[in-house]
Amino acid sequence: MDKRAVFKSWWLPILFALPQIALILLFFYWPAVAVMRWAFTLEPPFGGAAEFVGWANFQDVFADPFYWNSVGVSLIFAFCGTASTIVVGLVLALAVDRQLPGSGLFRFLYILPYAIAGPAAGMAFRFILSPERGLMASVNAVFPDFWNPAKYGSHALVLVIVIFAWKWAGYTFIFLLAGLQSVPRALTEAAAMDGAGPIRRAVDIQIPMLAPTLFFLLVIMMTEGFVGADTFGIVHHTTGGGPNHGTEVMVFRIVDEAFKGLNYSGASAQSIVLIGLIMVFTFIQFRFIEKRVHYK
Amino acid sequence: MIQRTPFADTFTYVLMALGFVLLIGPFIVILAGASQTLQQVNSVPFRFVPQDHLLENAAAAWSRASLGTAMMNSLIMASLVTVGKVALSACTAFAIVFFRTPLKHFFFWMVFITLMLPLEVRVVPTYAVAADLFQPFRLLIAALTGIEVSVEWNLLNSYAGLTLPLIATATGTFLYRQFFMTLPDELAEAARMDGSGPARFFFDMLLPLSRTNMLALTTIMFVYGWNQYLWPLLMITDPAYKTTMMSLVALLPSENGTPDWNVTLAGSLIIMAPPLIVVAVLQRWFIRGLVATEK
Amino acid sequence: MADIDIRAVHKSYGKTKTLHGVDLSFASGEFVVILGPSGCGKSTLLRMIAGLEEITAGEIAINGRIVNTLEPRERGCAMVFQNYALYPHMTVAGNIGYALKVAGVPKAERDRRIEETAKIVGLSDYLTRRPAALSGGQRQRVAMARAIIREPKVFLFDEPLSNLDAKLRVTMRAEIRKLHQRLSATSVFVTHDQVEAMTLADKLVVMNKGHVEQVGQPLDIYHRPASVFVASFIGSPAMNLFETRVETGAATVRFGGAQVPIDGALAAQLRGKDIIVGIRPEQCVVVQPGNGVSAKVDFVEELGSGRVVHAEIDGQPFAAVIGEEMRVRPGDRISLELPPSQLHVFDRDSGRRIEFEAVPRAPQNAAEAPVLAIVE
Repeated sequence: MDKRAVFKSWWLPILFALPQIALILLFFYWPAVAVMRWAFTLEPPFGGAAEFVGWANFQDVFADPFYWNSVGVSLIFAFCGTASTIVVGLVLALAVDRQLPGSGLFRFLYILPYAIAGPAAGMAFRFILSPERGLMASVNAVFPDFWNPAKYGSHALVLVIVIFAWKWAGYTFIFLLAGLQSVPRALTEAAAMDGAGPIRRAVDIQIPMLAPTLFFLLVIMMTEGFVGADTFGIVHHTTGGGPNHGTEVMVFRIVDEAFKGLNYSGASAQSIVLIGLIMVFTFIQFRFIEKRVHYK
Repeated sequence: MIQRTPFADTFTYVLMALGFVLLIGPFIVILAGASQTLQQVNSVPFRFVPQDHLLENAAAAWSRASLGTAMMNSLIMASLVTVGKVALSACTAFAIVFFRTPLKHFFFWMVFITLMLPLEVRVVPTYAVAADLFQPFRLLIAALTGIEVSVEWNLLNSYAGLTLPLIATATGTFLYRQFFMTLPDELAEAARMDGSGPARFFFDMLLPLSRTNMLALTTIMFVYGWNQYLWPLLMITDPAYKTTMMSLVALLPSENGTPDWNVTLAGSLIIMAPPLIVVAVLQRWFIRGLVATEK
Repeated sequence: MADIDIRAVHKSYGKTKTLHGVDLSFASGEFVVILGPSGCGKSTLLRMIAGLEEITAGEIAINGRIVNTLEPRERGCAMVFQNYALYPHMTVAGNIGYALKVAGVPKAERDRRIEETAKIVGLSDYLTRRPAALSGGQRQRVAMARAIIREPKVFLFDEPLSNLDAKLRVTMRAEIRKLHQRLSATSVFVTHDQVEAMTLADKLVVMNKGHVEQVGQPLDIYHRPASVFVASFIGSPAMNLFETRVETGAATVRFGGAQVPIDGALAAQLRGKDIIVGIRPEQCVVVQPGNGVSAKVDFVEELGSGRVVHAEIDGQPFAAVIGEEMRVRPGDRISLELPPSQLHVFDRDSGRRIEFEAVPRAPQNAAEAPVLAIVE
């Protein structure tokens, strides 16, 4: 905020900020306070005022094997989802950055999946990777039960990760391509003069120069994998958390427990844990952005 | 350009083609499946060639999931959310950047912290507020004065309920803020010398100058609004207010019924179309918005 | 037309003080140039007159009316900014007419006045263009037109020419001067360029580190710099300055192994005192070897109309302007005479000028018993 703020009025800024601030207070802070309150209280089953229970709700959550299952699923989902989006995005960005004839068309196409809502993509993929029809049926005909996400939790988890990666690869691609295009041409040209071929140049020059972008995407995609709106949508619409809790990611479990299990206190305690996680990610991201400024 | 080797070029094209198969392949499968008959779509191996039944499948999907209403509702919701976000975030950023007030830091951090409170982790109490909008005020008034007020406003099953809780946006606010910071100080000073007050400066200078930012923000926020899933699911029980994301379920073939995936896929194609068109046609702006908001 | 009074004006940002009590008064219709290095507070002072900066202490009056708390639009000032600050989304006509639009002037009258003003600055053919489609000089003209159209009592210029190339700068300088003659509004022009300052100013204000060093007519300031700072800041190549002490026995100072004679009366008063003596490079005279001060030539700068010899005396750089007929090469030794009447003498502690009020720069006349004064 180094700008020379020019206007002096005391009430105009309040007037201008008020609409959004009011919405934020109403739909973010008030609910957040309620989450805090619920996480440390318990409502008696037969009515009456909520009772302060300290860390008991957290202890219950941490004692629940299904909670730890959801933590494990979320970890796998976020790690594998992030890794695949970044690898696909990076390879495609390196290829498109060579600016061969026609690469503009590919660039245009690669971004399209990002327009699709997670659940809508989920529905399409239920067909595309269905065990009985679509693409995998032929494989299953040769190796029976090779692929059945309706039956095996691990297959279902692969399915939702594929959907996540499909949607977000175009996103990482955009950022990595932008990163590559900001690498000075002179640098790759110098490497070429030194006798480095295209792959060597990619490994020795371009990817190291991309390190800040890669790190940034790592944090963004991990956050998205853990708490993104799409993560919930994909899981909810594609597998419903199943089979056998195999795709029950943390956000899904929170919503499910609140609205199906009506366990507000348990859901709130889990929410607090997740908020803590987001804060860590946000902190890392902002520390890193500070650094990125120094790169320039 | 650096020297080209035939081998490297071929390899590059192979990679780009692979990317095409991975990322665009699913669209082709959807399009092919959506244009086939019931038998064709269920045949193994699957045939990737589109047939000519797309329109009848689409019509079947349209009536099965009442897509007419849903599309209209989604359009209204996405538009309201977009307009609200684009307008309110501009106002907030203006207050944060251009005024000499200690409140600017307060506003900034208020907005910033919302980044750490995604809907999924505060969904129940947010729902509670939407179901009874004045509950916080009643409680506050009761706590402060002891007076019980009985005003209620229920947002369930309304466009207000669909949109209001989604309009606050940190990314939008920061996008404007960043843009405002790049404007030279002298611009506001020149306007001041010319006799323009802050509000006039906002409307005469900032808004016209922000046009490209607005367009970029509009594209990403429209896609965001259209693709909302969890919130409509909670807010809406009245079929008249259902959005497209909620009609996805109605499109699925029933558990033991006819596996008419051709209709399902045609329906999903309709639902995917509006954001897809926005991203395809306004791709320049969309990318600009994405890259700018994540800084 | 308005006169401007600045009384004991201070400015501080938190704990950093940028102006330490400035007192100035500008007559109506005067063209005032405020000159100083960057960070001296000149722009801050200008922006305080404009109403863009708050006045920490002291007061500013325009036409006798104290304006400290007035909004910029109520002060009757117009300003031309260094980067022009044109509204990029408006046409030239829109830019010029914006102030009138804000003031609610009807469209027909506005258009008439826009055309009139555009004619004055020669922009009539560009009214429908956007600033991005204009050259630097044209943008500069738009910025001026935007100020002119308001018929202000006071024109403020904040380094308006520093973004132009050298040639255009000369043209615009002349145009600004012509414009002033035509409109004769009080003008305050801030710059760090001494040539601009010398050529434009009726009254020149030299500032340094938040203080006013000297106020006066440009030539007066050139000939009688009031302080070491002004002496070194004005004039190109810069004045040679050397620290020395007035001999007790004779009317001379020691410099470069030679005795340099100074004004006898001055010497009588300053005997044994530490002083700084300055001489402009163009006032040094080359003499036969053996006379004057001996200097070793480092390099020679060709100006076309003459040359500047950069030499070394006593390990200290020293510049002298010589005629084009003289030939010197690096490594040569030349002898320089420093005429006593051209020497400027400053107090070594305060840096202020020391001279005789009665007969400045007159041939010395011991009988006159002049008064020693330190010019403030």
